[in-house]
This record gives sequence, C-alpha cells and structure tokens, in this order.
Amino acid sequence: MALFTQSFIITLFLGAIAAGIPLLLAGLGEQLSEKTGVLNIGLEGMMLFGAYTGFLVAWSSDSLALGFVAGAAGGMVVAALMALLCVRLGLNQIVIGIALTLAAEGLTALLHFVQFSRTYPRLDGVPTLPLWPLSEIPFVGPILFNNNVVFYFAIVLVAVFAWVYRQTNLGIALQAAGDKPAALDAAGVDVTNTRTMAVLVTGALAGLGGAYMSIVVAGVFVPFMTHGNGFIAIVLAMLARGRPLWVLGGALLFGGSLSLTTALQVAGVDIPTDVIQMLPFAMVMLVLLVAGRKAALPVALGESFVRGSR
Amino acid sequence: MTDEQVVSATAQSAARTDTFPRLLRVVSLGVGPLVAALVLGGLVLLLMGFNPLSYYAYVVQRAIFSPSGLEATLTRMGPLLLIAASLIVAFRAGIWNLGGDGQYLLAAVFVAAIVPLMLGILPVWTNLLLGLFIGAAVGAIWGLLPAILKAWQGLNEIITTLMMSFLGVSLANVLVKLAFLDPATTTPQTRTLPVEARLPRLFDTSVSSGLIIGLVAVIAVHLIMTRTSFGMRLRLVGANPRAAIHAGLSVPTLTIAVFAISAALAGLSGAVDILGTHGNVRADWNPAYSLTVVPLVFLARLNGFGSIAYVFLFSALTIGGESAARRIGVPSFFSLVIVAILLITLGLAEYLDKRHQERARR
Repeated sequence: MALFTQSFIITLFLGAIAAGIPLLLAGLGEQLSEKTGVLNIGLEGMMLFGAYTGFLVAWSSDSLALGFVAGAAGGMVVAALMALLCVRLGLNQIVIGIALTLAAEGLTALLHFVQFSRTYPRLDGVPTLPLWPLSEIPFVGPILFNNNVVFYFAIVLVAVFAWVYRQTNLGIALQAAGDKPAALDAAGVDVTNTRTMAVLVTGALAGLGGAYMSIVVAGVFVPFMTHGNGFIAIVLAMLARGRPLWVLGGALLFGGSLSLTTALQVAGVDIPTDVIQMLPFAMVMLVLLVAGRKAALPVALGESFVRGSR
Repeated sequence: MTDEQVVSATAQSAARTDTFPRLLRVVSLGVGPLVAALVLGGLVLLLMGFNPLSYYAYVVQRAIFSPSGLEATLTRMGPLLLIAASLIVAFRAGIWNLGGDGQYLLAAVFVAAIVPLMLGILPVWTNLLLGLFIGAAVGAIWGLLPAILKAWQGLNEIITTLMMSFLGVSLANVLVKLAFLDPATTTPQTRTLPVEARLPRLFDTSVSSGLIIGLVAVIAVHLIMTRTSFGMRLRLVGANPRAAIHAGLSVPTLTIAVFAISAALAGLSGAVDILGTHGNVRADWNPAYSLTVVPLVFLARLNGFGSIAYVFLFSALTIGGESAARRIGVPSFFSLVIVAILLITLGLAEYLDKRHQERARR
C-alpha cells in the first residue's frame, strides 16, 4: 500500500515532533510547578502570550533567536503575575489561572487586531541544524538529527530535569515544596521563593513552547492559536507523575495523534479539520480513562503556604 | 448621664459603626473590583488609542438606554443566567465544572437539528418542551464522563471537563458540517426554526421568554442550595468531603448528581439560546459563555440574586461591545479582557479584605 512509504512515515514522525515539542516544553514546566505545589491552570495563557510575543519579535526584528527569547519572556510575564497573585498573595490558583488564560486570549487578539488588522503576515521557515555525521543516518537521521535548535534544547532539557529531580538537593527542595512545605520551611529553605522560581521557569518554558507553535510550526500568529495545548500539557504533567521522560513520551504520543491526520491528508485521505482537532482531546480522555487512577498529584497542590499556619 | 445610659449609648454607637462598615464592606467588595476592572480596562483602551469614556458611554447608551439594545441585553440574560445557575450548583458543591462550553454547544446543535424537523409532527408548545428537554439531556450526557471519573476514580474534574469541552466544541462543528446540514442552503448550518415556532416573546417587546426560564432556574438553584437539605448535603460535600463521608453521605452519588444538574443547566442554556434567539447553529459558531460567567458568579459570592445583577451588567457589556465593534472599531475581544481583569481585581479585593479582617481581630 502506498500509505506506508518512507516519506509518509517521515512526515508522520516530523509532524509528531513539531506538534509534540510545544507540549513537551509546557508539560515539563507544568511538571515543575506541580512538583512544588502550584497547579498552573494559566499554562494555556502563558503559551498563547509567548506565541504572540515570540511571533511579534521574530517578525519585526527578523531574528528567530530573538523571537524565541521574546516568547520565553512573554510567558514569564504572565507567570510573574501568577506568582505574585497565587504564590505571594495566596489567591485561588484555579480562579487566577482562568483569569490569566482569558486575559491572554483577549489581549493577544486585541493587540494583533490593532497591529495587523485582519492580515496574517508569515515568517520564513526555520533553518535546521544538521548534526553531522548523525544526520546522515538513513531514516533516523533526517528525523532526529536534522532539526531546529529548540528541538535539541527541549530534548536536552528532559535529561537536565531528570538529573535535577533525582540527583540534586534542588530536586529534593522542589519535591518538598509540594509534598511537605512546612518541612522545607523548617529546613531553612524559603517555600515561597522556591515556588515563585518554579512558576517563573514554567512560564518561560510554556512561552517558548507557544513561540515554537507560532514561529516554527505555523509561521504565523492567529488569535486563540494554542487551542487547548496548554491544558493537554497539564494532563501530560499529571500523568507523568514527576518523571520528565514520561512527559516526552506523552508529548510524542499526543503530537503523533495530531500529525497522523495531517500525514493521512498528505497521503490523500481526506479528513475534515474539525475531526483532526478532536483527536488529541479524545486521545487524552482515552488515556485518562485507562490510566487516570494513577495520575498522582502532590499533597499540597493548590494550597498556598503561609508560614506558621497549620 | 448615668453609667447605664453611657453603656447603652456606646453599645448603640458601637452597633451602628459595626453594621455600617459591614454594609460598606459588602458594597465595596461587590462594586470595588468592578470599578477597578473598568478603570484598568479603560487604560487598555487608552493604550490602543481609543477614548475609554466615549467607549463606555457608547456601550451603556447602546445596551441599556436604547429600547432595542435593552431588549437584546435582557434576551441574552436568559442563557447567561442558566450558565450562572449551572456554575453555582457545581461551585457550591466544590466541583469545578469548567466544561460548560462543550455542554452548551452540543446541546444547541442537537436542539437545532431535531426541533425544526419535529415542527410538522408536534404542536409548537410540545415541540419547544421537547427542545428544552433535549438540551438538558445532551448537556447532562456530555458531563457524565467527567462525573464518573471524578466520583469513582477521584480524577481531577478541572482537566476532564476542559478536555470534554474542547472535544464537544469540535464535535458540534463536525455534526453541523457533516450530519445536520440544512440541504436548503449553501452556508454550512443546521435547519432554521421559524420565528413563530420559537419561545414566545414577552408582552409587546422582543425580549425572549428565555429570560424567565433563566431567572426561574437561577432563583430555584439558589433556594435549593441554601434552603433544602439536599442543598445542605451538596454544600457539605463541597466544604469538606471527608466530613461528608463521616456524616454517612454517599459522596460519589452526590458528585454525579451535581454534575448531572450542572451540565443539564448548561445544556438547557444552549437550548434556550437556540429556541429563543438564534433558531439555528452555523458552523464554527461558539459564543464561549461558560468561562466568562465564572467571574460573575464569584463576584456575587455564588449568590443567585447577586448573579442576576452581574449577569445583567455583563450582558449589557457584550451587547454594547458588539455594537461598538461595528461602530467604533474596538474588537469584541475587549469584553474578554474586562472579564479577566475583573477576576484578578476580585481576587485582590478578597485578599485585602481578609488581611483587613485579620488585622481588625488582633
């Protein structure tokens, strides 16, 4: 059958990676937040704002690198608000999370309208960085070793996070901030600062993920373009139970479910776009149905920490 | 003055100063965040190069002081109030049903697909009742899976309801485009319910009687949650699930009941919007009411009567905002920004109030 040619499979894998990297970055960030006890419902807003700032800077400066930095910074701005309101002042994390997502949706749509009216300028494609000689390996080479810089960064990040969580004191402090904040406080580590830092890093990663969507995958910013990716990343973090490698696996799985339909379209099988949009969410519900019971969350998740209170 | 008189006088003045700040507190907590949000929203407008005062004046003039605008505002209140009722039930029981958009839209699509077809078969009134029932049932069915996962597996309902919401919105689009297309038109939409077969209008106005359904629902929900033992049980589950188990309540059953009621109300909202206002569903149409009503019910502190007032204000803001989008050129996304700012100012007000209370207690 012509369906399973090598080009079809390469399209499928490249698509899975392109759709999976934003999920991976945001999911790794969310995992960090959740570890320290902050349920970051505003992740979607951070991604969307990063997608906007990233695209805007890349478009106006003609520099993709600056665009990625701006995307991370944009996500971080939203995260700073989240940290101030939820970690510092102890407001309800769910309510503020919804607020930040709505704010990012409304603001980016407004700003985009003010600046571009109803036009959607496009960015040029992102150059790849072949890692010679690995990029010459047949089949695997063009998929894994001839990709863009952010892809390599995300993969390295998985290893870095795994190492931090397992091998370092910082990893223990992060875990304690979520499981037993009072104990961390007694050990002389500032819980509020630990959580603030985690939320800021989350924002930067989610913003970078958003920028990846607008700069690399789409090449264009469209209002509401993250379309629930932030929420899928939250599910990924929940299911991964603190293990970065599982976030990677999940991101590729959900990314694959997105790209399967695109690849099928490339192969000539016609599927309406709405069905494509349903697929990842259906996939998430399916996975939750099967493995939902195992989705573990830290004990103090969602609770703000007030020193001296019980 | 005798000692006794002095004591009673100070007690009286103490009582007076006590009730006065309390009233002031309730008013400032309810109105303060709203004013702050409008001011901050005005700053956003200013930065975009619009005059905030003339924008707000235009919105109020269009949505409240013009007869047709006021009628549109009151009509839109119907579905919004049903969403508010849906959220109040869930939030008071400690359940985050954030899937209202999917429940609403799927219900709307099924109502729009079935009710026009039954028109020749059933009398108008029966047909409308059937439509309302279909809406509630479809909404409840779409809330079933998160309910079961929450009740039996303890799975966080925030995530599952959001996922089902995205899924539902896409599914609704697929259904409109592939299954329920009106063969008579080229635009992708469902069959249209003729105006004379829709929910009756109130008196001589164009206000849909969906408003009455919404008002009844939100007041009924308020009374059930505050005045009945069933509501008491639900609130206990919300306040302290462990205590509820010790009190012998079946938490899973109650959780599923809450989900069913909440999702059915969201579905009913979709039905009322179709049967009362739109008559059909066009492809890619999604008003996304659910998340924007969240701050309103919080602002009203989950009180049904307070919600009515805030829903009125919000309804006016969106009706006026849509008109301003056409006339002044401020995109209607602006009401989304206002709502988001409102949530944040609301949280800040609660925080300041809590700190004030703690300081006063010391």
